[in-house]
Amino acid sequence: MKNLDDKDGPDQPDKRFETIIGLETHVELSTQTKMFCGCRLSFGEKPNSNTCPVCLGHPGSLPVVNKKAVEYAMKIALALNCRINKRTIFHRKNYFYPDMSKNYQISQHDLPIGIGGYVEINMGSHTRRIGITRVHMEEDAGKLVHSGATGRISGADYSIGDFNRAGTPLIEIVTEPEIKSPLEAKQYMITLRNILLYLGVSDCNMEEGSLRCDANVSVRLKDSDRLGTRTEIKNLNSFKFIQKALEYEASRHISLINSGKKVIKQTRHYDDKTQSTKVLRSKEEAHDYRYFPDPDLVPIDIDDCWIKKIKDSIPELPNQKEKRYKDKFGLSDYDSSLLSGDFEISDYFEKTLETYNANPKGICNWLMGDFSAFLNKDQISIKESRIKPEHLARLVRLIDEGKISSNTAKSVFKEMYAKGSDPDDIIKEKGLEQISDKGELEAIVEEAVKNNPDAVSQYKAGKVKAIGFIVGQVMQKTKGKANPALVNEIIIKKIS
Amino acid sequence: MKLTCMKAHELHELIKKKEIKIEDIAGAYIDRIEEADKVINAFITFKPEEIVKNAKRIDRYISEGGEIRHFTGIPIAVKDNICIKDVRTTCASKILSDYYSIYDATVIKKLNEHNFLFLGKANMDEFAMGSSNENSAFGPVRNPWNTERVSGGSSGGPAASVASFEAACSLGSDTGGSIRQPASLCGVIGFKPTYGRVSRYGLASFAASLDQIGPFTRDMTDCINLYNAISGHDEFDSTSIDMKNKKDYGFKAVENLKGMKAGVPKELMIRDIDSEVKASILNTIKILERNGASVEETTLPSLEYALSAYHIIAPSEASSNLAKFDGIRYGLRDKDAQGLREMYRKTRSAGFGPEVKRSIMIGTYFLSSGHYDAYYEKAQKVRTLIINDFKKAFSKYDILVGPSSPTTAFRFGERMDDPLSMYLSDICTIPVNLAGIPAISIPCGLSDEQLPIGFQIMADALREDNIFKAACVLEGEINWKITPKI
Ligand SMILES: [Zn+2]
Repeated sequence: MKNLDDKDGPDQPDKRFETIIGLETHVELSTQTKMFCGCRLSFGEKPNSNTCPVCLGHPGSLPVVNKKAVEYAMKIALALNCRINKRTIFHRKNYFYPDMSKNYQISQHDLPIGIGGYVEINMGSHTRRIGITRVHMEEDAGKLVHSGATGRISGADYSIGDFNRAGTPLIEIVTEPEIKSPLEAKQYMITLRNILLYLGVSDCNMEEGSLRCDANVSVRLKDSDRLGTRTEIKNLNSFKFIQKALEYEASRHISLINSGKKVIKQTRHYDDKTQSTKVLRSKEEAHDYRYFPDPDLVPIDIDDCWIKKIKDSIPELPNQKEKRYKDKFGLSDYDSSLLSGDFEISDYFEKTLETYNANPKGICNWLMGDFSAFLNKDQISIKESRIKPEHLARLVRLIDEGKISSNTAKSVFKEMYAKGSDPDDIIKEKGLEQISDKGELEAIVEEAVKNNPDAVSQYKAGKVKAIGFIVGQVMQKTKGKANPALVNEIIIKKIS
Repeated sequence: MKLTCMKAHELHELIKKKEIKIEDIAGAYIDRIEEADKVINAFITFKPEEIVKNAKRIDRYISEGGEIRHFTGIPIAVKDNICIKDVRTTCASKILSDYYSIYDATVIKKLNEHNFLFLGKANMDEFAMGSSNENSAFGPVRNPWNTERVSGGSSGGPAASVASFEAACSLGSDTGGSIRQPASLCGVIGFKPTYGRVSRYGLASFAASLDQIGPFTRDMTDCINLYNAISGHDEFDSTSIDMKNKKDYGFKAVENLKGMKAGVPKELMIRDIDSEVKASILNTIKILERNGASVEETTLPSLEYALSAYHIIAPSEASSNLAKFDGIRYGLRDKDAQGLREMYRKTRSAGFGPEVKRSIMIGTYFLSSGHYDAYYEKAQKVRTLIINDFKKAFSKYDILVGPSSPTTAFRFGERMDDPLSMYLSDICTIPVNLAGIPAISIPCGLSDEQLPIGFQIMADALREDNIFKAACVLEGEINWKITPKI
């Protein structure tokens, strides 16, 4: 988990300028079927295996709206505090591209499903509210694979099209241009992804492109009220890239302005290898999309009853969860915020609680402490870890019941993390169970007392700390497995 | 009587009584098509051996006790913009001249449930754009009444095939009159149902908000039967009407038209109507009155703008609908082009005919930013006015009547170089498409030159029953038995 401190990155290289960012985020919905046809949605199948006349754009085929996708879109819009348009319609966005089967994309234009919402993001020292302009539905295009060195369509010997992705329901979430730094942009994306995961509407897999964003960047002198010329960076698909690309782009703008040059309105692409942006196309040749209402699709009328039904289906969202963690489990602000701020970790946390709910704080400590450290080291997510929630629950319970010491627990956890095994098995196999048998301990204590008369007499002389030495001897003898509290108790009884 | 001269329902009676084999019907029609189509050119795709194969299959089906429905074994031609799986669907365009459909249109699925006898793909104006069937990459369709004359468009093939006895009935599509106008010019019945009553799934779009599939027949019984066979809600077409929440008006044949109120919109009667056509329409109106209907002149002022609105909306939608024909996934492709843009340009330049190109260019202009408000949006407003005019009229009248076409069939080439005069051919039919209401064209007389004249009956949305009542009574009275020479 990342530290949310404001001073995390070199945001504003030149403090006289401020950066203005607007983000357009595309979310692929995880519905069973496509947006306008019955084809199955799944990633990584044989090219063109999930296609039909509709998503291939064959003559005569007609789109029919996937109701589930509309409901997911409503869910997102409502979770982002948007107003739902009671009548929403689809437009055609006309442009030619070989991965678009109809050469127009069915999208929403002036009556999108959701308008005017906001997202609250936690910047560590403060909270920021980022305005959401609109949430709209559209369909994804197919994919092209280009032969040739550049991997781009220009200069390729040939290109092959895969239309499995064509018609995948997409939601576009557009922010107001009011994100003030690359770090805020990254935090917005983290927060948004978290909300989407909570809603269960998308797998938000950035590598597979199911969550990606385009960023509009401009800079201006802080006292100016005019927006500077903006550039658009396309297809940012990792939190790291979003921040890096925006930092690069903002400083590029600033140095252009500082050297008396002009920022040109254009679309750019972030290259991870060079850590810089390159021009994709100039906005001058911008498209006239010739939007018009799609005559193949009738308007969707959404009544209050439907809105209520969707509203009721929205699960607890991160901010509500954070509150619950504080109120119900007594977790600190910091813990609650970090836990709820990551859907996978909070989901794991709750699954752990299903098995053992007597010590949420203890479980939280493991998640925030060793567990996170291990995951960070290996760069994997908690979902990919081998430790099952019920095993973590068992580990905490064993500590709470005094079956193992917390020191032992650390080594057990290490083993669990490496092998995914049950803590009970590890303890049994390695004989790590704490000795809490009074009879067994008494014999060992007796011997330790006998062998260390000096410590005994020091204790009797009022030097209470001397008892620690005897405890240490018992521990050494038992390889740390003796229950320290019990050992203490027996020693005191024996020598006083 | 010759098999090819029989109506579908007459054939049906024979088939039901097992007095005839489908193979014999097929044979008769194949002979007729091979003879007549040398001149008429009503078919783009005609495969006799496939027809015989299918006929034998249907015979087997019948002999095995299969249910005999209205169109079991009935020979039907299908306009070439309606998809049939594994059959070439060219839309009469070079760009699709080698394109085979990968699925069945809903209307075909429905007719397949009847085990209909598919005769072939009927010729048309390219992508259904035209009023004379001269814009086909597969040559023009000649009018069976006078082969020097056009058959009308864009469903010239389906209309001519029925008129010349090359098919018992056929399916066409009507965007601005493309069923009713050729029906009128060829002397057959052509019916455009309420928008949404017949699924458009599988109909290659010209202008999606106006297109409607409908039947061509030689009598009203066949028309009603075929309409019943192909209509109904379709979950694959979201503009298809689901009758669950609406009243479906069942049709009942009537003896006379007592109590029926008919209006004659003067906007359809004044301008550019041939005097002979006008006389025949007025005469038919008298027949309506004789049979008990009350008829009066009425006015639908906004019809004046219908032609303009149509010629903005239709090409706008077409420019977008036809974008998919780009040489990427199917159809024609210029293989020598260097680069993507050149491939698009060369493929589409070579693939589309002049009328289609004109439509795409005009439509692209109307939709482009800066023009959208002035044209497309304004046209949609006019459309609303037209819908309201019709609504008002149908609050007073059960039907509206007038000519289907202002003239009889004109000569080849006569209007080809003058798009505006060509566009006037559809002036009587276009308002109906803009309003989405049903309308029929039935033959009502012959001109001095022995060319058919068509009478148009319109009704409110979903009131097909009123049209059928009036048309059936008229059919009995007009006693239409004159047939073309060919
Ligand atoms: Zn599909």
